[in-house]
Amino acid sequence: MHQTFDAALEINLLHANQEGADHNRAHFDDWGITCFNVMSSPGAGKTALLERTLAALTHDLTIAVIEGDMTTELDADRLRQYGVPVIAINTGRSCHLDSKMVSGGIHRLAHEYNPAEFDLVFVENVGNLVCPAEFEVGEHAKVALLSITEGDDKPLKYPVMFQEADCLLLTKMDLAPHLDIDVEQIVANVRQINTHVPILPVSAKTGAGLEDWFHWVRAQVHLRQSQPSLSGVL
Amino acid sequence: MHETDMTKALILTVRDWWLSQPERPQISQIHLIVGQFTCVEPASLQFAFEVQTRDTFLAGAKLVIQETPLIAFCHCCQQEYRPEIGIRYACPSCGSPMDDIRSGRELKIDRIEYAAQPAPATVES
Repeated sequence: MHQTFDAALEINLLHANQEGADHNRAHFDDWGITCFNVMSSPGAGKTALLERTLAALTHDLTIAVIEGDMTTELDADRLRQYGVPVIAINTGRSCHLDSKMVSGGIHRLAHEYNPAEFDLVFVENVGNLVCPAEFEVGEHAKVALLSITEGDDKPLKYPVMFQEADCLLLTKMDLAPHLDIDVEQIVANVRQINTHVPILPVSAKTGAGLEDWFHWVRAQVHLRQSQPSLSGVL
Repeated sequence: MHETDMTKALILTVRDWWLSQPERPQISQIHLIVGQFTCVEPASLQFAFEVQTRDTFLAGAKLVIQETPLIAFCHCCQQEYRPEIGIRYACPSCGSPMDDIRSGRELKIDRIEYAAQPAPATVES
């Protein structure tokens, strides 16, 4: 038997990812860009929401999208129709974007365009309610979507995502009359774990509620541009 | 699964420490602290660790995972409580939302146990 020794490390497991996220955020801050990390389960309507958002906001804001998609460029092609730069990151078999992948996207954006011209970058994450919640990518705010077809128990089952969210959109509200879903119960379940997140019911199909979302987006961008030293989540 | 990525990060961090040690000791145990209010499944971490450390400087090392429970503090009742994950997070006494998590979000490499004797020569990647 030989003697055993102990070394205390006390390092966060996601330390390297966190450093990369801080680095990305520093770039965004230098360029005066506000960055949102858009997350949801697959099919909740992230791309549809971004289509609507690009159509409405590109008049007064200069926007780019960093698009995470597991194998295809289908989502990126949909968004390119709105005349904005869309940097597609093929995540392979990874179930989330990490700060290193997004860093690659940022450097491509900076190489192909003048990054200082942009006001806003949307990072559309891989559809997944679990992993993306743990991997910061350098965003200033996390935007989560929950479609009302997913059921009112999802905030309880995937609490980390809903606890981390800085803005929550309840999507596909146009389907409410056809579903046995209690929207007030969804809100109550979210409120158990997140007291302050704005909860915005929207329908990308009919446009209902989208003005509230646009207002939130504009307010975030203006706040950041009027206080450029502001960093991190509001 | 993302446990694969987390394991990669874990191995790289431990490797940095190991390379910084002049005697390159034989690591016997790595102690992790994983909170129950994280998106990490300890069994998946164990599996990924076993697979990824084969034929490396960590071959044979044991991953010891200490899970910490989700504990919240209710400011109305001035007391700690244990939310039931997946069922109910609000305070069981007064119904206040869970807004102050005291334990359960940890994801930390706590410490490493090693022998003074150097590790047998292996591939260092």
